[in-house]
Amino acid sequence: MLIRIKKASDVKNSEITSKEAIINRRAFMTAAAVASGAALLPTFVRPAFAGVRLENVKKTSWGEAEKPATLEGITSHNNFYEFGTGKSDPKRNAHTLKPKPWTVEIAGHAEKTGTFGLDDLIRPHQLEERIYRMRCVEAWSMVIPWVGIPLGDVLKRFNPTSKAKYVAFETLVDHQQMPMQRSPSLPWPYLEGLRMDEAMHPLSLLAVGIHGEVMPNQNGAPVRLVVPWKYGFKGIKSIVKISFVEKQPPATWNIQAPSEYGFFSNVNPERSHPRWSQARERVITGEGGVKALFTPRAETKMFNGYAEEVASLYAGMDLFNNY
Amino acid sequence: MAAKFSQKTSRRIFKLLVFLIALLPLAWLAFALYSDTALGTRLLTNDPVQKLDRELGDWALILIIVTLAVRPARDILGMNELIAYRRMIGLFAFFYVVLHLSSYMFLNLQFNFGEFLADVAKRPFITIGVINFVLLAAMAATSTRGMIRRLGGRNWRRLHMLIYGVSVLGLIHFIMMIRADFSRPFIYGGCIAVLLGYRLWAARRKRITA
Repeated sequence: MLIRIKKASDVKNSEITSKEAIINRRAFMTAAAVASGAALLPTFVRPAFAGVRLENVKKTSWGEAEKPATLEGITSHNNFYEFGTGKSDPKRNAHTLKPKPWTVEIAGHAEKTGTFGLDDLIRPHQLEERIYRMRCVEAWSMVIPWVGIPLGDVLKRFNPTSKAKYVAFETLVDHQQMPMQRSPSLPWPYLEGLRMDEAMHPLSLLAVGIHGEVMPNQNGAPVRLVVPWKYGFKGIKSIVKISFVEKQPPATWNIQAPSEYGFFSNVNPERSHPRWSQARERVITGEGGVKALFTPRAETKMFNGYAEEVASLYAGMDLFNNY
Repeated sequence: MAAKFSQKTSRRIFKLLVFLIALLPLAWLAFALYSDTALGTRLLTNDPVQKLDRELGDWALILIIVTLAVRPARDILGMNELIAYRRMIGLFAFFYVVLHLSSYMFLNLQFNFGEFLADVAKRPFITIGVINFVLLAAMAATSTRGMIRRLGGRNWRRLHMLIYGVSVLGLIHFIMMIRADFSRPFIYGGCIAVLLGYRLWAARRKRITA
């Protein structure tokens, strides 16, 4: 019986990306469970959610060399306090979120503003798959194959005016859909912001999917921000409002603990968090147990390894004080 | 049922029971690690290094609180024999602190002692954690009957009053590393406040009645 179970987890680890594999695994697991009489087994290893495949996604060369974390890993290890403060809470609780239909309000200093259906926002653009490294401020990291569109391309369509110096983002507030917002773990709504040039940078992504599938609720469905050279918490989830503003907008963690989380929050191995070093990171692959326990830590790179692309945005800036 | 145990036998049985109960958290973590490795579960999440670290720290603090609860429980229940189990619980608290510190040094920092020393020097919550380890080690080292005799009851009792400070420092250590969700330190803090408050109250009453 044990040998069989081990085989099943091998299948999971090596082929998690494709839907077929998940279904196969399920069938295999069911067969194995029935054969061994361990009827409980499939509930341990069932996929995180029933994903819907995204059509017409263009592959890109971003992160070709990286080995993405498994879908299971990416969807079961989340910081999304709207669904609980534990890493595995969002997976358990995010089913109450209704990502369809979804609208996003575009406001502030732009020629075109208003409330738009998510489809209207996304559909004019070519969906791309980009494999990015995600570095959490808590000193762990993950490689994630996002599906999305460059944020700048979307923003440009609204013709921001010269007064638009920053872009502010806002997450949904809804006590029915996000029950943990009844607890004051953070001030709601979750807020984030980027400088205009950061928002327009070709690396910044509005993501609508992971591993070729529609964005799982616990990862910020239906649309979230991905800024790979910044700490993960800058990647605001379940966005309902985007505003073009003149002054640096408030950002939730920056309000919560200004000495620990700056507005920029660029990944910087030399600038340690007051409570821990940022020099190294635990790479989370989706593998658990002993293997994850002894995975060597990786050296954290300046701008999370995207210095070549983004360092020029901060030329001449004191990155220690502007953390 | 009618069989009558001698006091010695029953104490031995209870000690074994306490011993086994105190091992349960470790047994659970070991099982979870086995299950995650062999059965594909994620009981220790996808970041078992962090999870183990937190769980071991949690259990160390819980056992410290349990040792603080022994004397009030004895007084209230009138069961003098409860004191007989306190040393073992205290040693288990130290045991979990050792595991907690080891998981931090060996699993989290992966034997990078330079980084460990830098952490101890630079990060107050880690400094506090290490101080607590040293204080508990001093108490563990003097927990034998021989050491009690050598120190003399009065000195020994004084030394072991350090546990009050250790519990408060442990709580501070915990609070300082939290980002949000203070529900658990709130519960632990409440327990510690009540248990230390009881001692103040008991000492005052003793002074008044004496």
